[in-house]
Amino acid sequence: MTLPTPLQHWLHNARAQRIAVFACMLLYAVSPVPDFWITQLNYIALYSLVILGLVLLTGIGGLTSFGQAAFVGIGAYTSAYLTVNMGWSPWLTVFAGLFITAVSALVVGWITLRMSGHYLPLATIAWGLSLYYLMGNLDALGKYDGIQGVPPIMLGSWDISQGRSFFVLAWGLVLLGVFALLNLLDSRTGRAIRAMRASVLMAEAMGVDTLRHKIGIFLIAALFASVSGWLFAHFQRTVNPSPFGLKMGIEYLFMAVLGGVGYVWGAIGGAVLTKLLEDQLQVLLPKLLGTSGSYEVIVFGIVLVLVLKYLPDGMWSLVGRWLPKPERVDDWQRAALLPERSKPALGETVLEVTDIRKQFGGLTAVKDISFHIKAGQIVGLIGPNGAGKSTTFNLVSGVLGLTSGTVKFRGETISGLPSREIANRGMSRTFQHVKMIPEMTVLENVALGAQLRGNQSALSSMLRLDRAEEQSLLREAARQLARIGMGHALHEQAGNLAMGPQRLMEIARALCSDPSLLLLDEPAAGLRHKEKQALIGVLRQLRSEGMSILLVEHDMDLVMDVTDHIVVMEFGTKLMDGTPEQVQQSPQVRAAYLGMEH
Amino acid sequence: MDSTIFSILLLDGITNGAVYALLGLATVLVFSVTRVIFIPQGEFVAYGALTLAIFQTGQVPGTVWLLLIMALLPPAIISLVSLWAAPQNLPLLVQAGLTVAIVTSFGPLVYRLAYQSLADASSLVLLIVSVGVHFAMTGLGLLFFGAEGFRNPSFWDMRVNLGGLAIKGQAIIIFMVSLALIVLLWQFFARTLHGKALQATAVNRLGARLMGISTIGAGQATFAMAALIGALSGLLIGPTTTVFYDSGFLIGLKGFVAAVMGGLQSYPLAAVGAIFVGLVEAFGSFWASAFKEVIVFTLVLPILLWRSMADGHAEEH
Repeated sequence: MTLPTPLQHWLHNARAQRIAVFACMLLYAVSPVPDFWITQLNYIALYSLVILGLVLLTGIGGLTSFGQAAFVGIGAYTSAYLTVNMGWSPWLTVFAGLFITAVSALVVGWITLRMSGHYLPLATIAWGLSLYYLMGNLDALGKYDGIQGVPPIMLGSWDISQGRSFFVLAWGLVLLGVFALLNLLDSRTGRAIRAMRASVLMAEAMGVDTLRHKIGIFLIAALFASVSGWLFAHFQRTVNPSPFGLKMGIEYLFMAVLGGVGYVWGAIGGAVLTKLLEDQLQVLLPKLLGTSGSYEVIVFGIVLVLVLKYLPDGMWSLVGRWLPKPERVDDWQRAALLPERSKPALGETVLEVTDIRKQFGGLTAVKDISFHIKAGQIVGLIGPNGAGKSTTFNLVSGVLGLTSGTVKFRGETISGLPSREIANRGMSRTFQHVKMIPEMTVLENVALGAQLRGNQSALSSMLRLDRAEEQSLLREAARQLARIGMGHALHEQAGNLAMGPQRLMEIARALCSDPSLLLLDEPAAGLRHKEKQALIGVLRQLRSEGMSILLVEHDMDLVMDVTDHIVVMEFGTKLMDGTPEQVQQSPQVRAAYLGMEH
Repeated sequence: MDSTIFSILLLDGITNGAVYALLGLATVLVFSVTRVIFIPQGEFVAYGALTLAIFQTGQVPGTVWLLLIMALLPPAIISLVSLWAAPQNLPLLVQAGLTVAIVTSFGPLVYRLAYQSLADASSLVLLIVSVGVHFAMTGLGLLFFGAEGFRNPSFWDMRVNLGGLAIKGQAIIIFMVSLALIVLLWQFFARTLHGKALQATAVNRLGARLMGISTIGAGQATFAMAALIGALSGLLIGPTTTVFYDSGFLIGLKGFVAAVMGGLQSYPLAAVGAIFVGLVEAFGSFWASAFKEVIVFTLVLPILLWRSMADGHAEEH
């Protein structure tokens, strides 16, 4: 059976889906369901808000935190303390809670996220514990008894912190959170976060400040938790430390993993499943074991391990495949073109590398290499394995720091700058091993290259105020894909592409940043004959459009075919440079590649 | 504070620090060989202390039954021996030996059931698995030992008075055992082929496998050592404090703080860190006893800050 076409369109329309979900929520609130289920769902809403943050942090960003319960606690205690002792209105205290949460999250994040990923969870464990004991021992916060008599949230003279009105408030906030997160994920910032998880190196090369984004998602996750705490304090009308301990922090992560930590809707599914499971187990297990106690943690622990083993994407991965997917509509045809930077005149020196050297301990990997590239030139960097080509490439693009020497780009010294700053000046690169985000479409992967040409913040993306710029970015991505002959594959999932198109996609991504110089790291590696021919065509076309290219490549046919000038390296030093003909006739080069008769 | 109180606190801090050092070493060991951040390390401590405590009452500890259900031949023999031994009220040292055997057997079992098939997963996944194992082990601890706490008898009821400072026999045992274990571990890694195989696995799993080292075997051996260290730590602290089924978590985490000081990779730094944690805890409990835990765990933040300054940018590629 097929549905009528207008209805199908409607089902696939993201905005229509959201309105429908919201309406269902309101309908549920006024329907004659028993109050028991309203209360259950109120708790689930509180959990869901926290887990939404974990979806962003863990599922999308690849970081994790066991301290979310502590942030819930900050939100709850701030509001309880200020309303009870200072007489503030709950409508003000929510912001006070958000402020304190933000400051703590920034401190914890700034300290731990500069190091490798496993320090954040460790720090949040310690942080969650110390906050728990702090809440339990401060006289001002009522020690382990907590603060009683927290006033309700009033809307005029209407108490909206209980029953069905609380249901609408809490679920309204959850749905707003869901929509904000979905908006964020489908934006410039969302792509940057996914890129950061796929490869820090690639994200930085595309101009993403990865540290800032890591701290940012940790902050957003903490703020979601803080709002949940605010709701919790006024729903329970009392706060004490126990719901904010480390055990609860771990349980939030459990819910997220069970539901599917990579999916926004999985967060809610996980909260529902956990709450139902917990209620059942708390009755069943003591009966089964003959003694009372919170034995459900045994089952939780085992379920968690089993889910990670057999269903790593959580329960939602089973549900999600049956749901209609919102399709990206080609709405960027009329979008404004992005401004382009001034290009160097033909023949102007674009890149000037002078005596660069890199030492790793006692080993000199690159020794005093000099060369330059003029606008509209393709320069090849060749040499046998281990000659130092990739190191040179990384020194130019800022991935590695120089030991000595200078790199000048369009007259400006760029040596010592981080790779994202160099990208910002108009140098863009591809990778020897393709680095992409396999679960995003080709178009979105390429749009990542235009990261530095947009400036909309995460907040404006969440509020959908970034659409004009977003359309411009997508239009640019589509234009670059058409330029290299991949205009037909915009909506293909990048992970499904063959090697050749993947490499072309990387070139399109690099082009998207509007570069004056393109650095290509072995673009022909692993390509078949036809794909190589296509690549040669693209390179020639780019040169005819005035692009300068530095090419590291092993495929001699390709190098001799397209380059204007070649630099040959051996054992970290420059063997010679010259035109392809000169290089081909050089006995030194032959000796380097084939060995010499003695 | 006079010098007597000072020396009492000092002794106290170093005694606890010695146990944290053992746990910190176990944490570093497990992380470097298997990339698992082993949060449940402290559970072995509680299992050790409480298994002995139940033996002391002449009953069969629940851990024995679990071992019997889960295990293959060698652990099953330990179980059967324990079943026979429990009602006999054997000497303390024999019971202690049995306890160590029981708890150590859990190490490889935990690895096999929870981690082995996920050995190549990301360290984020392994960390979340650890949390699951922690949940399960705490719950099982409650089931085996009940909610009641136990304090074990001292292994050595001696007291020496050194100018007003009473040194207990148990404290001396703690030092000796900790020191002996550290030296043993060091010798194991420096001198034996098995130790070097574990080190090789820590450096490069694939490379180790190509050299014929079983990474599964390495994982199981590592977990056995971690469990052994945990069980011994449990026996060591059992007489000094009342242990509950969930006490291990906090104790283990203090070892963790120490391990973090060593960047999860340096054994000597972890040991130094552990003594530091023990001292901070002892003096913290004197000046602000209610905030003892707050102080110890907040310590992680400045430690991490210091490490990040020392390491510079450690980027993952």
